[in-house]
Amino acid sequence: MATLVSHPDEVRIVSKRFGQGATKIDRYLELDGYKAVRKALGMQPDAIINEVKNSGLRGRGGAGFNTGLKWSFVPKQSVKPKYILCNGDESEPGTCKDRLIFEEDPHSVIEGVIIAGLAVGASSGYIYIRGEYRYLLEIMQKAIADAYAKGFLGKNIFGSGRDFEVYWHGGAGAYEVGEESALMESLEGKRGVPRIRPPFPAVVGLWGGPTVINNAETLASVPPIILAGAEWFANLGTPKNGGTRLFCLSGHVNKPGVYELPMGYNLKKMIYEVGGGIPNGRKLKAVVPGGSSCPLLTAEEIDLPMDFDTLMKAGSMLGSGGVVMVDDSTCMVKFALRIMKFYQHESCGWCIPCREGTDWLDKTLTRFHSGGGIRKDIDNIQYLSENMLGRTFCPLGDAAALPTISIVKKFRKEFEDHLEGRPCPFEKKGTVEQLPVFA
Amino acid sequence: MRFSDQFEQRFTEMLTHYPTKRSVLVPTLLYAQDEVGFLSEEVIAEIASRLDLTELDVRNVISYYSMLTTKPRGKFNVQVCRNISCLLRGADELIEHCEKKLGIGHKGTTPDGLFSFEHVECIGACSWAPAVQVNYDFHENLTTETMDRVLDEYRKKVQ
Repeated sequence: MATLVSHPDEVRIVSKRFGQGATKIDRYLELDGYKAVRKALGMQPDAIINEVKNSGLRGRGGAGFNTGLKWSFVPKQSVKPKYILCNGDESEPGTCKDRLIFEEDPHSVIEGVIIAGLAVGASSGYIYIRGEYRYLLEIMQKAIADAYAKGFLGKNIFGSGRDFEVYWHGGAGAYEVGEESALMESLEGKRGVPRIRPPFPAVVGLWGGPTVINNAETLASVPPIILAGAEWFANLGTPKNGGTRLFCLSGHVNKPGVYELPMGYNLKKMIYEVGGGIPNGRKLKAVVPGGSSCPLLTAEEIDLPMDFDTLMKAGSMLGSGGVVMVDDSTCMVKFALRIMKFYQHESCGWCIPCREGTDWLDKTLTRFHSGGGIRKDIDNIQYLSENMLGRTFCPLGDAAALPTISIVKKFRKEFEDHLEGRPCPFEKKGTVEQLPVFA
Repeated sequence: MRFSDQFEQRFTEMLTHYPTKRSVLVPTLLYAQDEVGFLSEEVIAEIASRLDLTELDVRNVISYYSMLTTKPRGKFNVQVCRNISCLLRGADELIEHCEKKLGIGHKGTTPDGLFSFEHVECIGACSWAPAVQVNYDFHENLTTETMDRVLDEYRKKVQ
């Protein structure tokens, strides 16, 4: 069970029911549960879409696309059934927020799925939960069964004359399945190999039907928007970046944990005030701002508001909310290698630039870190990475390349320090520092 | 072959969730593996025939997902996360410690069949690193000392 944390700067919207026993449906109802669906049942579909669009809610899985706009791409008329697919395949290294939503407030996700369904005219939805999260799948199975028992799901929901089905689905371990087209392949019982786009899932998705795919946190943000309005939500954040989001602080930080902060919260403040700074009197060297696929920021680049547009301008990404602090005792070559080993492991092999690129980069970085590097390798690592960008069906190739390029560019000296057979300057055998555990 | 009643009940229910039979494949394989311990030839043949798939179709899917295995494992599968957040908080030391303690390496199984050991990628416990999953149970904020206690508890479970 994950430990909950808190900080006075938090604005609790998605996490407002955390720690309050809201997995029980009666408790959820006491805490304003299923009120938003009741309200949405009395609204026109276009009105729901506009409300979500105007709220400035953007995809919390990482892409940051306007959620209402995504919903509006679903054709009104469709011969094939339409579907809602909740992406709960949280696997981006550094990210552990959807886990808390499923653990503490599963009904908010179900409610978000139903509202999305009402908005686009779908009558069923799937909640896909990664295989490792077995205990969360069980929580969700119970939540869905309870909602059926109350008449909130199934035929004639809330006595409205509308039908809506929600089904659970469990994965079996694959990072790539978090990508929307691979997610659909997986749900259809296949290898999670990405599909080419266009057509986009909003037009041709699950079993060929129009499909809305949203991250679990995105869907859990929808009920509060319906209840309190687009303007309220939009004003919580910065322009075009509505609301709050769950930031997962991890790595070299004194108070790791998942904190809900307004969009646009200053990163420096997040690290030093919310996170309590860097442990052991160490200095911050780098930050992964939104999961391992985001280009790293150096300690000099952190005085900025955490929203999608600012991070993009700063040459990185807000990503999935996984903020990982890296202190000055860390070897950045080793860090780059660890990231690359992950993507090499997760590459499905469908697209050659990613399959071969991650493998060669892994091999080169491994040799380099162990002291066998030559000067030419440094440029080669960058060149190989740059040649993966945009050349794959899904963004896994980009996800491997982007952080690598940023590390080579921003920490080139550390690569040079490994040259000519010199041992890694950061390896200190026998002097491993124990980091404090925040409980 | 026979699975438990719970498996059959869930399998029948899952078939009603989707417009195609094949869609139940991934969760079904994992549930079958939980019962049998691994995806044996017999399990693969059974599931393929139930879903009107070839055994090759099923094997193709199995090889994609990291949790699915066609080889037997120990009763308790110790999975130590080695990704960035855990790495920064001592995953390497934890891995080294477990390997020494269990006397096995990556993907190894102890001779008594009690423990298997694996390095895994991010398990979604980044804010509570370093983290380990034993079968489906999470163990977080670990040190080498608390890791020993975790292993001892599993050992006691079978005594």
